[in-house]
Amino acid sequence: MSDTAANVNAAETEYEPVVGMECHAELLTNSKMFCGCRNEFGGEPNTRCCPVCTGMPGALPVMNIQAVEHVMRTAIALNCSINPHAKFDRKNYYYPDLPKGYQISEYDIPIGVTGWLDIEVNGQPKRIHIRRVHLEEDTGKLFHVAGDESFVDLNRSGVPLMEIVTDFPPDIQSAEEGREYLTRLRSILTYIGVCDGKMEEGSLRCEPNVSVRPVGSNTFGTKTEIKNLNSFRSVYKGIEFETQRQAELLRKGERVVQETRGWNDTRQVTFSQRSKEGEEEYRYFPEPDLVPLHINEDWIERVRASMPELPDARRARFISEFALPPYDAGILTDTRAVADYFEETARLCGDAKTTSNWVMGDLAKLLNASGTEIGASPITPAALAEMIGLITDGTISGKIAKQLIEEMYATGGSPKTIVEEKGWKTIKDSGAVLAAVEKVFAANPNIITDIKVKGLVGKRGFLVGQVMRETQGKADPGEVNRLIDEKLAD
Amino acid sequence: MSELIHLSALDLRDKIANGAVSAREAVTASLQRIEAVESRVRAFITVTGEQALAQADKIDAMRSAGETLPPLAGVPVALKDNMCTRGVLTTAGSKILHNFIPPYNGTVVSRLVESGAISVGKTNLDEFAMGSSTENSGFHTTANPYDLSRVPGGSSGGSAAAVAALETPLALGSDTGGSIRQPASLCGVVGLKPTYGRVSRYGLIAYASSLDQIGPFGRTVKDCALLLNAISGHDPMDSTSTDVPVPDFAATCGESIKGMKIGIPTEYFGAGVSAEVAAAVRTAIAQLTALGAEAEECSLPSTEYALASYYIIAPAECSSNLARFDGVKYGLRSSELAGHIGLTEKSRDEGFGREVKQRIMIGTYTLSAGYYDAYYKRAQQVRTLIRKDFERAFEKYDLLVTPTAPGPAFKVGEKADPLEMKLADICTIPVNMAGLPAISVPCGMVDGLPVGLQIIGKAYDECTLFRLAHAYEQSTGWHKNSPVL
Ligand SMILES: [Zn+2]
Repeated sequence: MSDTAANVNAAETEYEPVVGMECHAELLTNSKMFCGCRNEFGGEPNTRCCPVCTGMPGALPVMNIQAVEHVMRTAIALNCSINPHAKFDRKNYYYPDLPKGYQISEYDIPIGVTGWLDIEVNGQPKRIHIRRVHLEEDTGKLFHVAGDESFVDLNRSGVPLMEIVTDFPPDIQSAEEGREYLTRLRSILTYIGVCDGKMEEGSLRCEPNVSVRPVGSNTFGTKTEIKNLNSFRSVYKGIEFETQRQAELLRKGERVVQETRGWNDTRQVTFSQRSKEGEEEYRYFPEPDLVPLHINEDWIERVRASMPELPDARRARFISEFALPPYDAGILTDTRAVADYFEETARLCGDAKTTSNWVMGDLAKLLNASGTEIGASPITPAALAEMIGLITDGTISGKIAKQLIEEMYATGGSPKTIVEEKGWKTIKDSGAVLAAVEKVFAANPNIITDIKVKGLVGKRGFLVGQVMRETQGKADPGEVNRLIDEKLAD
Repeated sequence: MSELIHLSALDLRDKIANGAVSAREAVTASLQRIEAVESRVRAFITVTGEQALAQADKIDAMRSAGETLPPLAGVPVALKDNMCTRGVLTTAGSKILHNFIPPYNGTVVSRLVESGAISVGKTNLDEFAMGSSTENSGFHTTANPYDLSRVPGGSSGGSAAAVAALETPLALGSDTGGSIRQPASLCGVVGLKPTYGRVSRYGLIAYASSLDQIGPFGRTVKDCALLLNAISGHDPMDSTSTDVPVPDFAATCGESIKGMKIGIPTEYFGAGVSAEVAAAVRTAIAQLTALGAEAEECSLPSTEYALASYYIIAPAECSSNLARFDGVKYGLRSSELAGHIGLTEKSRDEGFGREVKQRIMIGTYTLSAGYYDAYYKRAQQVRTLIRKDFERAFEKYDLLVTPTAPGPAFKVGEKADPLEMKLADICTIPVNMAGLPAISVPCGMVDGLPVGLQIIGKAYDECTLFRLAHAYEQSTGWHKNSPVL
């Protein structure tokens, strides 16, 4: 084959991505990884630290057992085995935000190994294998200000951080699968209460490494790692961009450089941050200030017993127990907070499908519009259940309910009180409804004729609408229909 | 008042407790002695006279108020300057910490305060406890009180010299490869390295974490036992401190040693150990058998690899432990502006001494990818062999007896070759590698210079150590020697 022919072929090659995922989750613990300092986001710089997390000479780490159990929970949820003799190591490197000059991490014997997470893309199930789940500590933060000065904030230093790494060879083969993996992972982490999953605040960080290869090939190309992705969308876009960029390079006969690339969210592109060619040198060795962890079966069982129902199991139960469509069950079990909210409301009002519609529809819209988490919703499950009860027993119409839920959301008031105050009760008085029907008939003789004479029954809906309008939506729809039918039959 | 400085800690404590002497008098005597001899001995980096007197007055007020006094109430003590003391300069003997004032007390420091002991100051050491003579101190060299032209040993040379020169009856040191026992031997005092895990390391500026252990100096075995009682016990702040009961060590001093089985490992009398030292130790062993102990030659075949593997493990841990001194948070910061990497490089270059830099470089090298297995991992395997040697020996013997140091105190500047200097720890290093307790007690004089006897015990069996050491000491009287200053 001549060079030209080869180039033509190269230019036409289709490429597919191969994606490994490295995720870091800040753990929801009361205190930091190795000291008693409060583990909380933010705070005035350097107010949440002590001799241990500022790396004072002579200070020593003490293991936070709550953090260890969070990692055990995650390992169990991700079907990993748990190492009975997990140990900690020092990862040595210099950076001003790393006060000890080393990070305490787990190198060769992590707490959790070889598990999996099942995902579904376009109805196709896929198993993503997990290589390891380990525990380490977070660094501080460095702030560069104008001029020659930089400042270090050590509030985050020593916050427990869990790393979850997918296995090699990677199972993820598209941006869509990458996003789905992360969605499921976040869902599990928030379910079991080990991480709040806030990507914008950095409490869940994801660094995909992406390489491409000709479709159908079994080889692996040079990979790049993408950093600064702070939303599901950016993870998707980042992988997609990297795939295109690398394929483009290869088609032009150029090579991919092994490096870390940052994500520019404004321009929707990755950019070169630092080259990773050559071995990284961290001089790992066992942390002599900590004793190895002995995790026996009893301990694992205790942790397992304390685990909540996981998203997959709950989705299946919502389908079987509440007869929800799989689509509804999927959305409602996405986060534990939504699932808890739904389940409580459905139990209180006894109508799961209607609850599902309101939670996924109007309530979700209101929460989104005000950027509120469902846990902080001004409408409690009890209030929503009461509102659904009012619809079911005919006290209000569905149309009124749409106004009612907005009022409830804005004021936090009880639905019964609001309906009472606003006079939104359905008009059950047949006399009042009949008067409205008669008024509408009198005002629309042509329509009546169209229906009665020309048989254009489609226009009957117009009459219903007019009557509802006449009664400000308060008329009982059943009664309206009955009276209109009676009158047309005259 | 000057006779007070000759008292043992035990006698001084009793006199304070019964009101014969006030804590202020005891502390004043110590401070006056420091004033009188420090220009020659130079045991201290910092003397905290005012704080010590204020603390003494508190003890005296307690006694006036009829309160029960804690066990070491009013007894002056000196602290090696690698133990963090809140509000008091703590340098670790390094220029890189020339201005470091810790915001917290190490656990031993808090326990000393609870025990009523009064710190009169911080003593000199080889920089970051790396050395055997205090010549590596970033500030000055301490003199041996028996011969001011000689070294006191190290790295806890300041603490050993302070006790030998009667500046304080007690002192704390730290021992990573012999840093308490070797200077105790060279200065003619008693020094004990407890079992690894017996005493909290929280607040001890780390040299090699898996080997470092804090321990007491005194002029008598019983004084050391008293001080060890004050600082021992599990500390939730140190994961490597062990949760085992702390017996009354002092109470075991005085019990008979009849029938006690003692092993004499031949490897500790080999090349490098001077004939005079070997002879003094042999004489001491004869004395022990005269007291009813049964002594027998034995072998610890892995001993010859101890020094080499120690000089892999200790520098490896040190290279990581000393990474925190980067000029960012505390200590020396270079005035040269060179970006954050340059800042760290310049500060470390200006702050660390030669020996420390050398060990950091060795440790960095041996931990590097591709070398780890050949060095660090192998050294850890040797460590296991050394530990097993001791385990086997202790199936047969209650204690092992050896020289503490291969020779008496050497001249300042005499051991210019760093390897020769390192051989000073040849008898003490294996004990740290195995995490065992060992004590050095004076056992004779060679050319007017003290020689020490090392007694090695089973893990957590300091009691048996104290029994033998006390019986030996009381039957010989070497502890009554003191230098002419
Ligand atoms: Zn802290």
